[in-house]
Amino acid sequence: MNKIFEIPLYPYARHPDQDAATPVRRKVVIVGAGPVGLAAAIDLAQQGIEAVIVDENDRVSFGSRAICFAKRTLEIADRLGCGTPLVEKGVQWNLGKVFFDERKVYDFNLLPEGGHRRPAFINLQQYYFEEYLVNRLRALESEGAPVSIRGGSKVTSIENRGDHVSLVVKTPEGPYTLEADWLIACDGAASPTRQILGLDFVGRVFEDNFLIADVIMDAEFPTERWFWFDPPFNKGQSALLHKQPDGVWRIDLQLGWNIDKEKEKKPENVIPRLKAMLGEEVNFELEWVSIYTFQCRRMEHFRHGRVLFAGDSAHQVSPFGARGANSGLQDTDNLIWKLKLVIDGEAKDNLLDTYDVERVYGADENILNSSRSTDFITPKSEQSRIFRDAVLDLSEHFAFARPLVNSGRLSMPCTYDASPLNTSDTLTEAPARARPGSPCPDAPIGSGFLLDQLGKGFTLLALNAEAPASVSIGGIEARTLSIATTKELAERYLGAATSAVYLIRPDQHVAARWAQFDETAVKSALARACGKDL
Amino acid sequence: MTNLILTPNLPRADDTYADLLAAHEGLSKAESDALNARLILVLMNHIGDQAIIREALKAARLERESA
Ligand SMILES: Cc1cc2nc3c(=O)[nH]c(=O)nc-3n(C[C@H](O)[C@H](O)[C@H](O)COP(=O)(O)OP(=O)(O)OC[C@H]3O[C@@H](n4cnc5c(N)ncnc54)[C@H](O)[C@@H]3O)c2cc1C
Repeated sequence: MNKIFEIPLYPYARHPDQDAATPVRRKVVIVGAGPVGLAAAIDLAQQGIEAVIVDENDRVSFGSRAICFAKRTLEIADRLGCGTPLVEKGVQWNLGKVFFDERKVYDFNLLPEGGHRRPAFINLQQYYFEEYLVNRLRALESEGAPVSIRGGSKVTSIENRGDHVSLVVKTPEGPYTLEADWLIACDGAASPTRQILGLDFVGRVFEDNFLIADVIMDAEFPTERWFWFDPPFNKGQSALLHKQPDGVWRIDLQLGWNIDKEKEKKPENVIPRLKAMLGEEVNFELEWVSIYTFQCRRMEHFRHGRVLFAGDSAHQVSPFGARGANSGLQDTDNLIWKLKLVIDGEAKDNLLDTYDVERVYGADENILNSSRSTDFITPKSEQSRIFRDAVLDLSEHFAFARPLVNSGRLSMPCTYDASPLNTSDTLTEAPARARPGSPCPDAPIGSGFLLDQLGKGFTLLALNAEAPASVSIGGIEARTLSIATTKELAERYLGAATSAVYLIRPDQHVAARWAQFDETAVKSALARACGKDL
Repeated sequence: MTNLILTPNLPRADDTYADLLAAHEGLSKAESDALNARLILVLMNHIGDQAIIREALKAARLERESA
């Protein structure tokens, strides 16, 4: 049987645009059908906006890539209509073990907070993640949504022409010119779009190499995350073992800086290393082996006129903390509703500058977190190694040291505290986790969950408060959701307050909150959230 | 907010100082460095206040508090 990553899911097919006498203008062209480009296209299609993806390839991602998808990503996938297949296929885990030298220093149970539709994260191969997004895109396409994907289509030139973008697409049957009102560059860390436009991508290279292997084995290892610092089978370095669906295990082995990559990648060198780690008796088969050097960097700005960068093209992090694809999905989540308002003429185009402001802030938070994990795993000085080892030694005996052990922090969505779209908090007695700028915490309501009840547009969530069915300014509407307050809703949205009205953006971030409905206040917050005050 | 105490605060200063030296007796340089690091982490956790720890870091760098 062919594996999913071997099957052309969107093989090249000639498109009428290639034979047009003058270049055809599309509303939005997305370069790249990775997780981020696919999410952007689905989001646009659901809003009825024409989106064309071009990708030089014709199948899902190849090699060892993302495996850990966080709760916020699953919630975004729910909004995109494809959360369920991801969660059904994914592996869920809560238990982990940390080893130092020859001994286990402690184990942990993440004990996620109850009352959320989705788990804290799942492990799933990136190729499945992409497959399920392609399936969703195809379903929308067959329902008549204006979305399509052109495989075997490599973008080779781009011109940012002020009121549109012109691009040259190379195909097996020759190149053609295509135009777009807006272009979203989701073309990955090596982003040809970024290079063609001569834009910067600065940051820090971590002087280290990691051997990443995906192995298929029927071993008795439990569904847990195991992390080793300085283990006997990889002296002075680290190692990670993590389970994926289909009996596939992800193994990361740190190799250090001065190594011969080609030599280390050879099966005759990889297999003994893995045997030393897994035990001589374990039978396994290699699915992929690669050697990676990681970097943390970002573009100075993610918006360049009508070209918008999202995902790895805009920012890159080391994989400890699983923030690559996870943060890329937060990019498109943030971008698409803004782009829709601008395309529909409901907002000025400077609303898109807030995409840059909010997601640059998110990228910096992710880079900070992922750099700190990398610095803990690979101490940069003798003194930092002394402290690192002290933390690990203490963690075996005392609970206080365990939160200091940093082998990657769970990817959490960021709170846009300083966003110019927020209206300042008037309900400070309500929980800080739902303050303006934060992603809405989920909560059970009736037989379902809160996040599923939030609409495609703005929502006014009224808790123990009266509010009209909807509020509009111009063509922008906020629809009211009045629900009986449950224990979790009270905990997450009321705290010490007795009633609350929340204005929630289409990306499920809080824009403003008050104790009661006040039409003038709500209208001005809605206008502000759409960039009217910029 | 409490401030970092930089005036004498140890009731039996000589004894406590001697305890510190005794803990290092017979240790190699590497073992002593490790002990110091663990001690700092234990004390930092006990203090449990970022502002105070930042003041302590300043004091350790021999930076004078500007009044
Ligand atoms: C070992 C490893 C582990 C990781 N683990 C995690 C994890 O656990 N969780 C997580 O969230 N992230 C993880 N990541 C990061 C994750 O893989 C990336 O962040 C993610 O793939 C980025 O998605 P993207 O859509 O931005 O770019 P990509 O997935 O790189 O997609 C870019 C697309 O653009 C296309 N393209 C490129 N150039 C052109 C062109 N000229 N014309 C047309 N198309 C073009 C490519 O064919 C490709 O399909 C990991 C990465 C690695 C390497």
